Formats: sequence, C-alpha cells, structure tokens
Amino acid sequence: MSDSVANDDLKLTPLFDLHQELGGKMVPFAGYSLPVQYALGVLKEHLWVRDSAGLFDVSHMGQVWLRPKSGDSLEHVCLALESLVPQDIVGLKPGRQRYAFFTNDAGGLRDDLMVAKTQDSSGQEALFVVVNGACKSDDLAHMQAEIGGAVDIEMMDSRALLALQGPAAEAALAKHYPGVSDLSFMQVGWFDGALGTVFISRSGYSGEDGFEISVAGDQADALARALLADRSVEAIGLGARDSLRLEAGLCLYGNDLDTTTSPVEADLVWAMQKARKPGGAREGGYPGWSIIKAQLEGGPNVKRVGLKPSSRAPLRPPAELFADEAMTQPIGRVTSGGFGPSAEGPVAMGYVDAAFAEPGKDLFAKQRNKAMALSVATLPFVVQRYKR
Amino acid sequence: MKFTEDHEWVRLEGDIATVGITEHATVQLGDLVFVDLGDADGDVSKGDTAVVVESVKAASDVYAPLDGEIIEANEALNDNPGLVNEDPLGEGWLFKMKLANAGDLDALIDEAAYKALTD
Repeated sequence: MSDSVANDDLKLTPLFDLHQELGGKMVPFAGYSLPVQYALGVLKEHLWVRDSAGLFDVSHMGQVWLRPKSGDSLEHVCLALESLVPQDIVGLKPGRQRYAFFTNDAGGLRDDLMVAKTQDSSGQEALFVVVNGACKSDDLAHMQAEIGGAVDIEMMDSRALLALQGPAAEAALAKHYPGVSDLSFMQVGWFDGALGTVFISRSGYSGEDGFEISVAGDQADALARALLADRSVEAIGLGARDSLRLEAGLCLYGNDLDTTTSPVEADLVWAMQKARKPGGAREGGYPGWSIIKAQLEGGPNVKRVGLKPSSRAPLRPPAELFADEAMTQPIGRVTSGGFGPSAEGPVAMGYVDAAFAEPGKDLFAKQRNKAMALSVATLPFVVQRYKR
Repeated sequence: MKFTEDHEWVRLEGDIATVGITEHATVQLGDLVFVDLGDADGDVSKGDTAVVVESVKAASDVYAPLDGEIIEANEALNDNPGLVNEDPLGEGWLFKMKLANAGDLDALIDEAAYKALTD
C-alpha cells in the first residue's frame, strides 16, 4: 500500500507539499491527488471540526468569474446565468452567495454550485461561481456554449480554495482578516492582509459555521500554515468532509445528485426561488423546465430522504431498499451512507418511491445479502450551526 | 503467532486458533465503528468472509485464515469496536476457530515474513 499518490495523471493542488509534510494519505479525487485523511484519522478529524476548527483543501473545485462584456451590465450576466439554473440570480443581493444547480433538458442535474454577486479583484461587478472539481471542465464548456456569447467567462485555474469550518473558525481566521467577523452566513467579500488579498465567503459544506477562502495559488501554502499554527485548527481530509456533509444532510454530486435526478426529486425545492417557479416573475427559462414544472405541480415519483439504520451497522451505497423484510418489493436505493461520528451511529441518504418518503416509515436495505431494518429520517442528522 | 497476507494474525492454543487483524491493518483502516460478527459461526473454508470490520469510510472483510469451525466471536466488540484499534493483538481479537487440521497452520507466514510484506 503506498502512502502517497503523485503521478502524471493526477493534478496537484498548491498545498500538495504541505499535505505530504502533514502525513496526509493521498488518494485520487476529481483528477487531483488529495488527502483522504491525516494522522488523526477520519473519526477524530470529523469530531475536531464539530468541536473546534478544520482546514480543508478544496482547490480541486472550479472557481469561475462571469463578467459583463465591455459596456454591458451585470444584470445581463445574471439573466444569462438564469437561462442555465432555476435560481433567482437577478434578485441576489450584492455581497451575497446562493446555492444553485445547472439542469439538463431532462430536468436532471448537471452539477451543483455556489454563486456570489460581488466585484472581481479589479473592482468590476461580476458573479463568482464555484463548481465541483469532477464537473468543472464540462461546466465550463456548457457555459461557454450556452452563454459565452453574452458573458465573459474565466476559470481561475491557478487559484487555491481553502475551507475553514467549525465553531473556532471565525476566531482563527479573524486573527489574519479581522473583517470576516462582520460576515454572516452566505455573505462574501474581499479582504486584505499580510498573507495576501483573498476572497472569502461565510459558507462551507460541513453543517458548521465557517468560511471558504479563495487565494492566489502561490500564497496558499503560507496562508494554510498560518491557519494551522492556531492550536484550534487541524488539517482535515476528504473522509471527514464526506461524513460531515452527510450528517448535515448535504448532497454530494455524483452520489446523491446526478444527471438523472431532478431538483424536485432531490428535495432541493427550497433552493429554487419564487421568481423562477411557476407563476413567478421570471418563471422557467432553464433546461428541463417543463419536466421540473410538472414535478413541482404534481409531486415527484421518487424523493431523496434521510435513512437511519436500526442497528449499529453502517449502511453503504448502493444498497437497494425494500418495503418488506423478504425483500420482494424494491422501492429505492442508498446513495450516501456511513457512520456519523457526531450522530453516534450509522446515517445514510437515498431515494425512495414517494409513497415511502414519510419520516418514520420502516424500510429494509439489502446489504451482504441480508435484510437490514431502517427507517426514513428527517434531515439533517445533526443541527446545522450557521451564523445567520 | 502466524500471519496471513490479508493482515490477520492467528494464535494456536491446543487445537483452537484465535484470529484478529494486525496493528498495520488497524492503522490502514482507521478507527473502527462497527464489527459485524454475524457470519462468525459454524463451518468455514479458508477465504470465506468470517467477520466484517467497518470504519467511518468503508467496510472490509476479514477472512477465515484456514478451514475449520468458528466456535466463538468476540462479543465485547458489539459495544466497543474500538478495542480492535486499542489492542489489536489482545483484547481486540475477532473470533476463535477449531482448525480442521492443526498442521495447516504451517502454511501461514511467520512474523518476519509478515513484517517484510508490510515494510
């Protein structure tokens, strides 16, 4: 078993040397070599984030600027992006960020993303978009093909993205960038400091308060080391990132969301604003609208739900779900699952036929050829602690 | 004590073999959160899944190292799977089996050979 992966097929983030120095167990992920865990291990890393603060390297994610063409307005850029997503981008307030997703013609999901309305480093009004690493080249091609004529699109390949998550994140980051204390959940801004000029959002994917920090690639290592010098901060790998987001009820693209699942099926209707829904000021106008509209009005056939196994045994994807213990009536599948260190037991998510989506419903999963009892659970499994 | 290339240890007392996983294996797996002893019962052939150990991230099979009959599983792991991490060669044993043929043990590798495998 090799402790590190560094070959020509995998890209390295600006923090690769630091990961190795910290004893990170490197694995291939989204085309990059990234740490799945460090010496602490997944369980203790997970608990550390909930109790204190964890630093994650998420530089594999795509950071994209969408700017107006010369002489054009930001509103035109917002309208262009609205042709690809079911979110209200025009109505997004400056300095705010919003969760969004690219849909396809079948009403499925191409990717999920974060979009912020802000200014770029030169002070020009723009949208800042963060997309998943595994999808970023497809997303870029999609945007260029669909809205490239109306919008200037720039993928920031050289920048790093760090996430600092947990109740101690604000204090640790404010030592270097005091202004971050004024941000509330889903607010963004530029901050100057001795460690460089950085773009920060108060958001993340752990269910905890925290920040994502976009920093120039050549300044990322020094920033990460400065944050890790704080006793409250530990480096955290992808393993704990996955168990943290699962407990928080957050979807992982590729597991819980894909091109065949619609946002209505995925229970993401909360992320679609009124202006874009049926009867809204700018209803529809994005790929798959007619299918999504029909599901909004008539209800979906399948729905994403939380799943709580009755025993201590973790339930792993892609286990099949059944209505009966004899496992004759298939009604769904597990898309994410494992052990929730903070939930102190196994936690999972999956898709079930809508008739079985009621919390408390008893179901069975087929794992290792045995029927495992579980029930539909309310998400999230742990209380989200965002700074509203 | 003998070892397998699948990172198990086997200790023979009389014709009863106690089986666990090595410290190297526990480091690779990380903190265990569940041990499924469900299959650790009755006749097994070498290579059959005997128990399943689960970390936060993944489930891993532990195989019967030799032919025989599983006669006891370490029930203490139901309440405290972390025993395997704390004391893999002692309190964290997984199961005991009566070997079909105690001489089969000679086919397993010794500590030096196991060390060479994991270095």
